[in-house]
Amino acid sequence: MIVVDPRALSDEALLDRIQRAAFGYFLQTFNPANGLVADTTRNGSPCSIAVVGFALSSYPVGVERGWIAREDAAQRTLVTLRFFWNSAQSEKPDATGYKGFYYHFLDMQSGKRVWQCELSLIDTALLLAGVLIAGVYFSGSTQSEAEIRELADALYRRIDWQWAQIKSTLSQGWKPECGFLHYGWEGYNEATILYVLGLASPTHPLPASSYSAWTSTYQWENLYGHDFLYAGPLFIHQFSHAWIDFRGIQDRFMHEKGIDYFENSRRATLMQREYALHNPHEFEGYGENCWGLSAGDGPGNLTLRINGRQRRFFGYSARGVPYGPDDGTIAPSATLGSIPFAPTIAMSALRHLIERYPEMTAEHMLPSGLNPTLAGNGHRCWTPADYFGLDQGIIMMMVENYRSQLIWKLMRQCPYIRIGLQRAGFTGGWL
Amino acid sequence: MQQENFSRQILPDESYNSALLENAHPPAWRNPEPRDKYNLVIVGAGAAGILAARAAVMVGAKVAIVERDLVGGVCLNLGCIPSKTIIRTSRLYAEMRDAENFGAQVPTGIKIDFPAAMERLRRIRARLSRFRGSAQQLSAIGVDVFFGEARFAGSKAIVVDNKTLRFRKALIATGARPKSPAIPGLSEAGYLTNESVFDLTECPRRLLVIGGGPLGCELAQALARLGSQVTIVQDDPMFLGNEERDAAQILSDALARDGIGVHLNTQAVRVRVQGKEKIVDLVSDDDKTTVTVDEILVGVGSAPNVEGMNLEAAGVEYGAEAGIPINDFLQTSNPRIYAAGDVCSEHKFPHIEAAAARIVVQNALFFGRKRLSSLTIPWCTYTDPEIAHIGLYVREAREKNIPVKTFTVLMHEVDRAITDGEEEGFVKIHVKEGTDRILGATVVASHAGEMISEISLAMASGIGLGALARVNHPYPTQAQAIKMAADTYNSTRLTPALKWIFRRWLAW
Repeated sequence: MIVVDPRALSDEALLDRIQRAAFGYFLQTFNPANGLVADTTRNGSPCSIAVVGFALSSYPVGVERGWIAREDAAQRTLVTLRFFWNSAQSEKPDATGYKGFYYHFLDMQSGKRVWQCELSLIDTALLLAGVLIAGVYFSGSTQSEAEIRELADALYRRIDWQWAQIKSTLSQGWKPECGFLHYGWEGYNEATILYVLGLASPTHPLPASSYSAWTSTYQWENLYGHDFLYAGPLFIHQFSHAWIDFRGIQDRFMHEKGIDYFENSRRATLMQREYALHNPHEFEGYGENCWGLSAGDGPGNLTLRINGRQRRFFGYSARGVPYGPDDGTIAPSATLGSIPFAPTIAMSALRHLIERYPEMTAEHMLPSGLNPTLAGNGHRCWTPADYFGLDQGIIMMMVENYRSQLIWKLMRQCPYIRIGLQRAGFTGGWL
Repeated sequence: MQQENFSRQILPDESYNSALLENAHPPAWRNPEPRDKYNLVIVGAGAAGILAARAAVMVGAKVAIVERDLVGGVCLNLGCIPSKTIIRTSRLYAEMRDAENFGAQVPTGIKIDFPAAMERLRRIRARLSRFRGSAQQLSAIGVDVFFGEARFAGSKAIVVDNKTLRFRKALIATGARPKSPAIPGLSEAGYLTNESVFDLTECPRRLLVIGGGPLGCELAQALARLGSQVTIVQDDPMFLGNEERDAAQILSDALARDGIGVHLNTQAVRVRVQGKEKIVDLVSDDDKTTVTVDEILVGVGSAPNVEGMNLEAAGVEYGAEAGIPINDFLQTSNPRIYAAGDVCSEHKFPHIEAAAARIVVQNALFFGRKRLSSLTIPWCTYTDPEIAHIGLYVREAREKNIPVKTFTVLMHEVDRAITDGEEEGFVKIHVKEGTDRILGATVVASHAGEMISEISLAMASGIGLGALARVNHPYPTQAQAIKMAADTYNSTRLTPALKWIFRRWLAW
C-alpha cells in the first residue's frame, strides 16, 4: 500500500500501483450496457465522452499489463463502439451527437445529451483517439475484433469536420439552441490532436490552412529564461501527447524554433516548477516538489481570510502559470502526467506529495486537486472527495508512455494519425 | 448680429463646474470678428484641435478654432482627466482595504465618501482647464476662438455664428460621442455614458457596465472600489478587444478580485424598469440570466461627430460609422482639408490625436509629407494593474509573416515590484526573431503607463533590445523589468560555440 510506506517501493513499483489504480477508475465507472464511463466518481455523474476516449485507450494497456483479459477488453470496447455508432445523431437537443461529433456529457444510462452541454469538437477528438487506438490494437481475427476495426473506421469517417470550420480556425463546439459557440480558442492549446484528426479525414477533411491559421496564433516566449511555446495550464502540454509521439517530428513552427513539441512540454514542465519556486502569491506548500497548475477540481468559489490575507478559491477550473488563475491548488495528475517529459522532477514531486500529504492517496488514486493553503480539520491540505476520469486517464496513459511507449507505438501505426501529421506539415523522426 | 445661444451647464451646478465653464465655454464669450482669411481653421477644440492651434500660431499662422461645446474636449472634461482622478481615489480605498497585505492595519471605520471623490474630480478638472482647455488662453496667444456650430460653405469657408471664416487649410477635429447600443428598453430606462457619469454625486448602489473596453473596465473597477456593486458584460470572450490574451486574463482576474461580476462572451439583450430598478436580461450563447441594478453605464465605443457640418459642400467624404477617411498625410477627400483625432482614427486616445495634429500643422502649412504611419504610439488602459501597449501584437506580426520572439519578465521577478506589493503583471517585448529589432511590447503593471515610455523611446529612436541592456536603471525600480528583458535577450545570443570560445579564453 503506497500510503503505508511509499519509500519502501521502487519507482517502478510505485508507478505501477498508481497506474493500476487509475486503470481501476475505468472499470469502476463503466456501464456494461453501453460502454459509457462516468466523468467523475460523484453519485449521478454523467458520462464524459473524453473520458470514454481515455478508457478505450487504457484497455490495451490493461491487457498488456495483465490487469484484464483480452476478450474482456475487446467486449468493453465493442459495446462502446456499437453504442456510439447506433446512438441518435441529429439536430435534436437530446440526441447523442450530430454530424459525427458527440455531446460533451451524456446520460450514463440512456446515452442522451445532458446539462444542455455543447457538441464538443475537442472531446470528440479525444474520444476518437481512443476509438482509433482500439482499431489498431484489436488486430485479431475474431469476429469481435474485426467488428471493432470496422466500427472504429466508420465512426471516424462519419465526422463532418468541414461543417465545424466556421472560420479559419475551429470553434470549440456547437449547440442546437444557439449554433456555434464563440468562445475564444486561440493560442497553443490541447487541440493538436483535433486538427490532426480533422486533416486526415478521407471523407470531410479540414484544409491544411486551418492548421496554419491556428499556429499563427501561437506565442513563442522567453519566460524565466527559457524559450517555449506558451500555454498556461499543464494539461495542454500533455493531452495530445498522450496519444501522439512528438519526439523528433516538427511542423513548420517548431522547425523554425529548432525544437519539437515533446521538448516544449519538457520546458513547460520546468516552467511550472520555476513558477512554484517563485510562488508569487505565497501559497502554502508550493516549491521544488509541489507544482503543477492545470485543469482540475478546486475548493469551490470561496473567499476566505487566511493568515491575514484575503484568498479567493475556485471550483473546477483551468489553472495556469504564470498568468493564473492560481488559488494555491495544484493538480497532482498533471504533475505525474509530465513524467515522459521530465521523469526526474516528476518522480521527485510524486514522492514528495505522497509523503507530505498521505491523505492524498487514500484510495490509491491521485486526486484532481490538492490545496495546502486550505488545510484544516486535521488535514494538511484540501483534496476533493471525488475522482475525475480525465485525471486518471492522463495518469494511465502518460505513465504507460513513460514505461513502455505502448500508446505512442500503437498510434504510430494508425494511418490517420500519420496522414494528419503530414498534412499539418510535420516531417522528420518516425514520419 | 446676435451670437447663437450655446449656454452650457455642467452638473452639478457648483463652484468648480462654474470655474470650468469660465474656461471651457465662458458664458459671456463674444465671438470675434473674423479676419479676411485664415491659414488654418480648426473645427473642434479638443486635444487635437488645441494642439494644432497652438503649434500653428507658434509658427506665425493665422488660426481660428470653432467649438460648439467645451474647449478641452472629451479628454479633459469627460474622459481621461475625470476618470484618472476617481481612479486615484479608488486605488486609495483599495489599498486601505488590502492594508494587511502591506504589513499595515486596515483603518477602522473606513467610510467611502463618494461625494468627496467627485468633488475632488471637479476641482482638479477645473484647475486643469485653466491650462489645457481655456478659451481665454487660446485667445491670448492669438487664436480666434469661435463658439457655435460650424458649417462648411464650399471648400474654402466655414460659417459659424453667422460669421464666415475663409481658410486656405482646415482641420476637422470634432471627435466622437458615445455610441448607443441598440438594446430594447435601454433608452427608456436611461443610462450613463462618459458624458454623464462624472456628473454623479451619489454612487449607484448596483451598477451594470455594458462594454469591456478601456472606459468600461476603468470605470467598473473604480466605481466598484468606491462602493458600487458592479456587474460588467462584454460580448467578446475577453476584455479590451484586441489586447494580448494574457493581459486581458490578468485584468479579468483583477476585476473579479474587486468583487465585480464578470460576464464575458455575454450580451445585454433587454432592459425593463420596475419601480426604481432596472432589470437587464443577459445572454451568453444559450445561457440566460438577469441582473437588477440601479444604474447602467454604457461604454461600447464611439460614433464620429460628422453630422451637421455640411461636409458635402466641402467635398469631404464621410461615413456615419467610420467617420472621415483620411490618407497617410491626414488629408480628407478634399486635400485642403485635414482630419485628426477620434473623428477619423481607429485608436481613440488623446496623445494619438496630439501626434496627428502635429503632422497636420507640418503638412498643411509647410507642404510637409509627414506620414501618420511613421508614428509609433503607445496606449494605456488605467485599470489596476494598468495595461499598456506599443507597436505590433504577435498576431499582427505573424500575419505579416514576421517571425516573432517574445521576451517576458514577470513582475514577480522584479525586486521593486515585490517590495511594493505590486507583482501582478509582466513586461513582454516582441522582437523580430534572430534580431533585436523591437516590433512591439505590452506592459501589465501597476505603473505600466509610465514604463511603456522607455520602450516607446527605444522604438522611435531605432534602439534595439540588445542596446537597452546598456541603459542603466536605478535599483530598485519597477522599470528595471525592461532591462531584465534586454539582459535575457543578450544572454540568448550566447550560442554554445561562443560559450566554448569564452571558456577557452578564460582558461587562465
